[in-house]
Amino acid sequence: MSGEEFVPLSLTPLLIGTFAAIACALPGNFLVLRKQALIGDAISHVVLPGIVVAFILTGAISTWPMMLGAAGAAILAVIMIEAVRRLGQIEAGAAMGVVFTTMFAAGVLLLEQTDTSSVHLDVEHALYGNLESLIWLDATGWASVLDPEALAGLPPELPRIALTMLGVSLFVWLFWRPLKISTFDEGFARTVGIRTGVLGMALVITAAIAAVAAFDAVGSIIVIAMFICPPAAARMMTNRLETQIGWSVAFAILSAVTGYVLAGYGPLWLGAADAVSAAGMIATMSGLILAGAAIWGPCRTRAGAPSAS
Amino acid sequence: MLWDALTLQLGYNATLVAIGATLLGISAGVTGTFLFLRKRALVSDAISHATLPGVCIGFMLLVALGGDGRNLLGLLAGSAASAWVGLLCMNWLTRHTRLAEDAAIGAVLSVFFGFGIVLLTVIQTMGVGRQAGLEGFLLGSTAGMLWTDALIIALGGAATLLLVMIIRRPMTMVAFDPEYAAAQGLPVHRIDLAMMGLVMAVTVVGLKIVGLILIVALLIIPPVTARFWSQRSERVVLLAGLAGGLAGYLGAALSASAPNLPTGPIIVLVSFGFFALSLLFAPVRGVLAAVLRHLRFQRRVHIRQGLLALAQGQQIYEPLTLRLLRRSGLVRADGVATDTGKARAAKALRDEKRWEVVRSDLAHEATAALYDGLRDIETVLTRDQIAEIDRQIGGPQGVPA
Repeated sequence: MSGEEFVPLSLTPLLIGTFAAIACALPGNFLVLRKQALIGDAISHVVLPGIVVAFILTGAISTWPMMLGAAGAAILAVIMIEAVRRLGQIEAGAAMGVVFTTMFAAGVLLLEQTDTSSVHLDVEHALYGNLESLIWLDATGWASVLDPEALAGLPPELPRIALTMLGVSLFVWLFWRPLKISTFDEGFARTVGIRTGVLGMALVITAAIAAVAAFDAVGSIIVIAMFICPPAAARMMTNRLETQIGWSVAFAILSAVTGYVLAGYGPLWLGAADAVSAAGMIATMSGLILAGAAIWGPCRTRAGAPSAS
Repeated sequence: MLWDALTLQLGYNATLVAIGATLLGISAGVTGTFLFLRKRALVSDAISHATLPGVCIGFMLLVALGGDGRNLLGLLAGSAASAWVGLLCMNWLTRHTRLAEDAAIGAVLSVFFGFGIVLLTVIQTMGVGRQAGLEGFLLGSTAGMLWTDALIIALGGAATLLLVMIIRRPMTMVAFDPEYAAAQGLPVHRIDLAMMGLVMAVTVVGLKIVGLILIVALLIIPPVTARFWSQRSERVVLLAGLAGGLAGYLGAALSASAPNLPTGPIIVLVSFGFFALSLLFAPVRGVLAAVLRHLRFQRRVHIRQGLLALAQGQQIYEPLTLRLLRRSGLVRADGVATDTGKARAAKALRDEKRWEVVRSDLAHEATAALYDGLRDIETVLTRDQIAEIDRQIGGPQGVPA
């Protein structure tokens, strides 16, 4: 395909999808290892009331209030889950289920009660985003990548998600040792002076930030899939955390790229006229990768050692 | 308006929805209890999201066969099939790979849901104008509910309840102690699958009313609510059914009483209201009960310490202790002990001395383990034993000046 068509129409969604996938997969590795994988699920559900409240307060679809609202809702949810768990002595899974379903229901109710007919804000959008619409109309070809005038017309989601990805990578890089130690042996981490409670909270908040930024661009379904599937698939490939992170990033990129391409061009190859949902396709591809890893991965069994057969 | 809704006076559709929601709430609450007791509440999240591809495939098949794509029975059959596939995937991932259950739940949930969305967009481009109802399965849509829909929901709910009643004993056993159940010869894995199958049935039945995202709430919140009120599993099951049914009924009535109140979310919020009330006010396990218990305990500690201080002639500086002692008439306003106060103080000190003897005597080892600084010695020793101890201590010695 020529640059004239590819750069304006596909380059930016592809990059946004990839960056979002990486930003979610990185903290996802630790969440999966800590058996907190469903925090991503909970966060992506409670983002909805956050953005609806932000919309009601500001009366407009603008990015920063919505991001703040979403982040606030995510943090509120984490606090509420902890409160329900401790005050009611309820196991974590059920506490999570109580909180995120209630907040999601509240979001849907608020949305119904508010007049959103003039703006593009609905549950479907929140669930599966609109990756395909994040096009770069100012670009004319590969040359535009270096053209400052055209670059000014980039969809704002791209720099935002790129920054988020960098921030998440920086967090993982800076806190690598404490994160690794406290993930595998929390008791030992405490004895060497790591504040595991604070670190665990920081990890969840980082995940929430990644989820909110990615959600803004690609919808919540990719967020959940990318938190869990690439790290889970990577877990089947290796017993070393460093290698696992590498695999998970590779899987995240692979599912984002193949998912986007298949969604955009797959139906055309099959003779259909229209593209299908890119977000859904990326999630599906990550699932296929996970299935492959679960069947053939060298470290897929619980014992961990590469199987003899 | 609300009263009309509660007494089912708001017309045919509202009545159908209210009855359907009540039945759904009961069966979801009852079934969810076993899931909750098994500590696998969030499995329902994976199951419910996994219904979406089935709904879409069911729709496509129905259209391809020339039928009406919105036939509820066909869509429900499709959703049940794909939820079952999702369930098996999740089970396989947890049993045969190193993934923990939460990762397996998340993987199945997101991948199946993502695939369902792909299929939804395929249906949108199929060019048939009849897909409008499918998005309704995400959040439920009760507006166009038909008599047959209500009948399907009622029959499905009743069948689920019946099955739960039949296999409730093995399910309870597996929920509380899977190892013991296995040792008793119960097929634990198959019972687990049956439990999940029931959850799946409730999910499928509930798709129309509350939608696949919020049905999770009906499976989790009523059991958690009921758990606050009882320690006995049968009662928790009944209470969860009651809480779920009531939430379904009230939620449906509320949503019918005013415009723009979608049924599913309202039912969930009513359910959460019951949960919040239980969390705060339930006896024994509620927050209020815990606070009261703590305050009572604090009071006993303060009075006890205050009495010991009085008996030993020490000045009391702690304002709470002084206030409590004054209020029980044990000291006067200036901090000097009243006659009752003196008597109680002497008794407290003597008890403390008696405990000292008990704790230093190996013959009373078991009793000594009960010492916590608050327990009255009369509750653990007989009068003869106390008399024996008193002989060792000697007579009263008076309060030092």
